[in-house]
Amino acid sequence: MMEHLLEVNNLEVKFKLRTGELTAIDNVGFTLDKGERLGIVGESGAGKSVTGFSIINLISKPGYISGGEIMFEGKDLTRVSEDVLRHIRGNRISMIFQDPMMTLNPVFTIGEQMAETILAHKNISRKDALEISVEKLRQVHIPSPETRLNQYPHEFSGGMRQRIVIAISLLLDPAIIIADEPTTALDVTIQAEIMELLLELCEKNDTGMILITHDLGVVSQVTEKIAVMYAGRIVEIGSTENIVANPLHPYTKGLIKALPGSRGTGEKLYQIPGSMPNLTEMPKGCAFHPRCELAEGECFSKVPELIQRGNFRRLAACHKF
Amino acid sequence: MHRENRLVTINKLVKKFDISGGFLDQLKIENKKIVRKKTFVHAVNDVSFTVNKGEILSVVGESGCGKSTLARVVVGLYSPWSGEIFYKDKRIDNLDGSQMLSYRKKMQMIFQDPYASLNPRMTVKKTLEEPLRFHEPSISNSEIEEKVLYVMEQVGVNPKWADRYPHEFSGGQRQRVSIARALMVDPEFIVADEPISALDVSIQAQILNLLMDARDNFGLTYMLITHDLSVVEHISTRVCVMYLGTVCEIAPVRNIFSNPLHPYTQALLSAIPKPGVKKKEHIKLKGEVPTPIVLPTGCVFHTRCLYADERCRREIPKPLSYDNGESFVACHGVEEKRI
Ligand SMILES: Nc1ncnc2c1ncn2[C@@H]1O[C@H](COP(=O)(O)OP(=O)(O)O)[C@@H](O)[C@H]1O
Ligand SMILES: Nc1ncnc2c1ncn2[C@@H]1O[C@H](COP(=O)(O)OP(=O)(O)O)[C@@H](O)[C@H]1O
Ligand code: SF4
Ligand SMILES: [Mg+2]
Ligand SMILES: [Mg+2]
Repeated sequence: MMEHLLEVNNLEVKFKLRTGELTAIDNVGFTLDKGERLGIVGESGAGKSVTGFSIINLISKPGYISGGEIMFEGKDLTRVSEDVLRHIRGNRISMIFQDPMMTLNPVFTIGEQMAETILAHKNISRKDALEISVEKLRQVHIPSPETRLNQYPHEFSGGMRQRIVIAISLLLDPAIIIADEPTTALDVTIQAEIMELLLELCEKNDTGMILITHDLGVVSQVTEKIAVMYAGRIVEIGSTENIVANPLHPYTKGLIKALPGSRGTGEKLYQIPGSMPNLTEMPKGCAFHPRCELAEGECFSKVPELIQRGNFRRLAACHKF
Repeated sequence: MHRENRLVTINKLVKKFDISGGFLDQLKIENKKIVRKKTFVHAVNDVSFTVNKGEILSVVGESGCGKSTLARVVVGLYSPWSGEIFYKDKRIDNLDGSQMLSYRKKMQMIFQDPYASLNPRMTVKKTLEEPLRFHEPSISNSEIEEKVLYVMEQVGVNPKWADRYPHEFSGGQRQRVSIARALMVDPEFIVADEPISALDVSIQAQILNLLMDARDNFGLTYMLITHDLSVVEHISTRVCVMYLGTVCEIAPVRNIFSNPLHPYTQALLSAIPKPGVKKKEHIKLKGEVPTPIVLPTGCVFHTRCLYADERCRREIPKPLSYDNGESFVACHGVEEKRI
């Protein structure tokens, strides 16, 4: 079998809290091939960002990877040194955040930041680095890139800043881009532009993408595969087309049925009762059971495995599919 | 639409914010002379429309286009710079505080952030009692109690939780409490500014259903601000599209989505991602939204419009109304039948 570009197996992330340890990510696994695009969806607190951050080991302090492996280009990223990780971050796997200012430094010009990024990884002259920067800014449709290179982040609009971040994340032609809600803070028209741009650039360079978002609309336009997360676990994973057209897990079903537009105008929407549990108060058995119409028997006592169900070419974690 | 169906009418409404700063900040040098200049944000410019009884009028447009400002002016939280606001046939923008009181009660507002809009030191019960005590000082304690329990039940908050504080609730529950607070004083008109934007996907449908139920059970009329166009399509009767403080187009929801006339509406709608629909060509606009400090001449949209011509750059398009004035579009291109 062909080796995957990225393979995450049984990932577990814990947070050390005063009251004890909290398992934020439990037994998460997925693969990504060259040029493939995976969407991670779910509501806030489901563990999407923590999953994305763990791949390049950016989990912040009380958190740590407590189990599993992250195989990338023959290395297990949970076991490599900080030096190796630093080389991989930005160079082979880069990250785009919801807030572009997580990436941009307000006190340096765009040009300085871009050149620095390149020079940190490549042995070329500053002049060449600046030239590459201009070219990349042009690719993300920043008008007159030569002059804009000398401006500071605050001199750009939110949408432009996010495009600059995309330019920076592509500077070193990474194999994977992890984009965490890259358009959530932007307006619909700008959102569409940014997504289109990301897609175009990833397609052109055969870059893999992990797109983290709570927006099923965005995900279904951009990705080939979706992982649905709920309370720290993946509850369903498979091709975008199949999942959107025919979801298996009751949570995914609910999410899709609840979208305005899946019912006649003005009709009451389908609603999933209740809300996602706090990770400190996880219900026994299937974490979704308190909100699930189908829950019975094992649902209350046993965590359902994420396995293939019936003849469906996808995995679902539900006892009663 | 008949006159008696009108609930809220606004006419040529303008709201500017003075951001000139202190006297010294206002001094500028022009032609070697010192002049005093004021700087304004033109948040709402010459906006007119009517909200009819029982309807859900949605206001859409990119952030910063003046939706929240418009909402606040309409319910009287900001005073307009110029223009008029009518409640039924009564002009209300020129009323003094005590005259305004009964209209304040009829028009309630729900905000995006239920965290910020609820007092953290007040129990749910207190939060709900307060507006009623304020507007109806003569009402008895037992009547208040009864009403609190009734409204809590209506919005799906367990009356057993009346003595809890906001932080003990989830985001969705808090938004239910703020809706309950608005309902306590028997309003007729509710302005909801992004009421579901801060909520999780699985909770949004719950709150939308609640808003629709409340409309049916309490005979409410809504002005709903949201950037989620699929929500707009689902629940509105009419849609008002704003750009840079100006209304581009108002029309019944079906028309807006099936046959948008204004070039900005067309671009906005072409950008909605829909689940199950693969990559769709969207209309790309030129450039970026200009600042509302120096408005473009002529049509405010002309700097980004694919159809702009000389007249567009010079002359402000007048609203072209049809459907008995229920719909209008402000665009030279549409008027000249070239769009
Ligand atoms: N710094 C932290 N300290 C403690 N717990 C955290 C921290 N960051 C995240 N978590 C836990 O991890 C869970 C998942 O968070 P996150 O991945 O950010 O969710 P998402 O991106 O899906 O909204 C949260 O519900 C929270 O319980
Ligand atoms: N209190 C204020 N002082 C100065 N400018 C303001 C104030 N409130 C809003 N604005 C400005 O007015 C414009 C419209 O803002 P707003 O009504 O909040 O837009 P929206 O709700 O559509 O995002 C924006 O440019 C905003 O910066
Ligand atoms: S008036 Fe002119 S510039 Fe404005 S939207 Fe119509 S065609 Fe475009
Ligand atoms: Mg997140
Ligand atoms: Mg607003």
